Amino acid sequence: MAELTYREAVARGIAQEMARDPDVIFFGEDVAKAGGVFKTTVGLYEQFGPKRVRDTPISEQAIMGAAMGAAMTGLKPIAEIMFSDFLAVCFDYFANEFSKSRYMSNGQVKCPLVVRTGNGGGVRFGAQHSQSVENWCMMIPGLKVVAPSNPRDVIGLMAAAVRDPDPVVFFEHKALYAVKADVPDGEIVDTLGSATIARPGKDATILALALMVPRALDAAERLKSRHGIDCEVIDVRSLVPLDTQAILGSVARTHRVFTVEENPRLCGWGAEIVSIIADEAFYELDGPPVRITTPHCPLPAADVLEDAMLPNVDRIAETVRRSLES
Amino acid sequence: MATKPVPPPDSVNDDIGEAVRLRMYRMQVEIREAEQRAYDLFLQNLVKGTSHLSIGQEAVAVGFAAAMQPGDLTFCTYRGHAHTLARGVPIAKVLGELMQRDNGLMRGKGGSMHLTSVEHGVMGSYAIVGAHLPIACGAALRAQYREAKDVSVCFFGDGTTNIGAFHEALNFAAVWKLPVVFVCENNLYMEYTAINEVTAVEHPAADRAAAYGLDRIVIDGNDADVVYRTANAAYSRARAGEGPALIECITYRHSGHSRADPATYRPKGELEEWKKRDPIKMYRDRLLQFGVPEATILAIEVDARRLVDEATEACKAAPPPSLDILTSDVYADGGFAWRN
Repeated sequence: MAELTYREAVARGIAQEMARDPDVIFFGEDVAKAGGVFKTTVGLYEQFGPKRVRDTPISEQAIMGAAMGAAMTGLKPIAEIMFSDFLAVCFDYFANEFSKSRYMSNGQVKCPLVVRTGNGGGVRFGAQHSQSVENWCMMIPGLKVVAPSNPRDVIGLMAAAVRDPDPVVFFEHKALYAVKADVPDGEIVDTLGSATIARPGKDATILALALMVPRALDAAERLKSRHGIDCEVIDVRSLVPLDTQAILGSVARTHRVFTVEENPRLCGWGAEIVSIIADEAFYELDGPPVRITTPHCPLPAADVLEDAMLPNVDRIAETVRRSLES
Repeated sequence: MATKPVPPPDSVNDDIGEAVRLRMYRMQVEIREAEQRAYDLFLQNLVKGTSHLSIGQEAVAVGFAAAMQPGDLTFCTYRGHAHTLARGVPIAKVLGELMQRDNGLMRGKGGSMHLTSVEHGVMGSYAIVGAHLPIACGAALRAQYREAKDVSVCFFGDGTTNIGAFHEALNFAAVWKLPVVFVCENNLYMEYTAINEVTAVEHPAADRAAAYGLDRIVIDGNDADVVYRTANAAYSRARAGEGPALIECITYRHSGHSRADPATYRPKGELEEWKKRDPIKMYRDRLLQFGVPEATILAIEVDARRLVDEATEACKAAPPPSLDILTSDVYADGGFAWRN
């Protein structure tokens, strides 16, 4: 057992897979000699050398295209897009290319690649460097989408993503990079498409992802200590594949459900999950599902504004309390 | 017109040889016959959707393909029938895909714009302009990483030179010295607009080469021999680790941009002038000059027509795709499940 930060876990996860499989290569902007702008990839260049860990130009289309071309001809590339907001400048590859090539070619073309990207707010970077854009990818057939909330899951889900035969978009949360936790020694390999119960409870289910998981856990502690409300917090972890059974199972126990989503409200991942619950667990519900999201707004830079925009512990706890008491 | 005169044939010092020449003629004729058939079948509503023909541009696809080794990789655009056929993909598989039959290359899941045959090294036809230049870089990166000797060859039109991915890919390939050959087919029109009306330089690809430290190469894309020689030189450099090449081939499409385009934007007489330089007609004359008997040439032409006739009949007899494949191969497990 060792205490690791979320950012150190990124490097350990990549190193674990590169040491195991010589077909794994890694490239992106400033990732090699500089160790990444978020210092998430420190040491990889020194450990694996310039053939396997490479600095690219600021060319997101070239990075994504190169990852695809390498993947379809036999390598297992990990490519970094520094901020997930920049997915917009290379979105063709997500929307049209590596997501669809297997289907369009009737199974001939395979793209086992991982796109790592720094996602999410809370770091005062403003509207173009703070977004939570996992729903941009969730909607595209052919992609898999994961977003870990803690250092252990970073390593385990990274291993699962690299070993997966499909393209995986791996959303790291920038505001979690400094978070520390104990991580077991040795190889860690998780499975895609498995949610975890971050906190068991019986009165309501709170579904959360990435940075919203620790906030939901804090809210659950407050609801328990101040109001005697016992919430179950589910860390969704993987949007595609989605662990629907874990979610429906929890709803069947608690009969109330809340989503905590960092994305702006429209078409957030919680909307899809709520629609599944409405279809398949309607009669389990004792009250309407409630989505706690960022409003339908861009993110501001100033700390007081950004803090007021994103779902926080106060808003989560208050929304759950009022809903359960009404 | 930015073309060079055809060099006089030199049978004494013929670096290409009759076997390769006959192969290149046969392939050009087969592609021409297959694409003309595709057009006829479209008029009969047997080819559906859209299709983008290379009629008039066959020498580029054939010259580059003839110089390839097995294992070399082709990346083409939505105008990719010629490049796909030139790698030896059976005509019936291509026509079948255009006719949306179960015998098509991708059983109707891709269509005309996405022809792919990995077993022939055809790594896909890409319908988003410019997308495949970076993808070809990635395949070349794999070759470099594994110290394999294959070359990735990426075909695109003149219009592609004004999109960002073109410039990102060229810089990327040049700075990493990747074994990739970029082939611009300059047919003078991006889609409906003359390329020179929308491009700051005369030669949309070659005049940008210097920005990436590459040689400025403009060739006659209607002369398969010129194309073949240029391809060989570029492949040799790429295999030797000397990095990418950017080659601009001047050519002309005899038809419109796509099946919906009657090409009325072209000046009167331009098509007729270019038809005098039809690559197949020129190459036929070349073969005769080299002493190939007319009967040998006629036999190739008759054979090509027969192959296309047989492929057409096979496609007409083939069933439509089975609905069993509707949702297959979205993910690697063979299906489209996104949840448990």
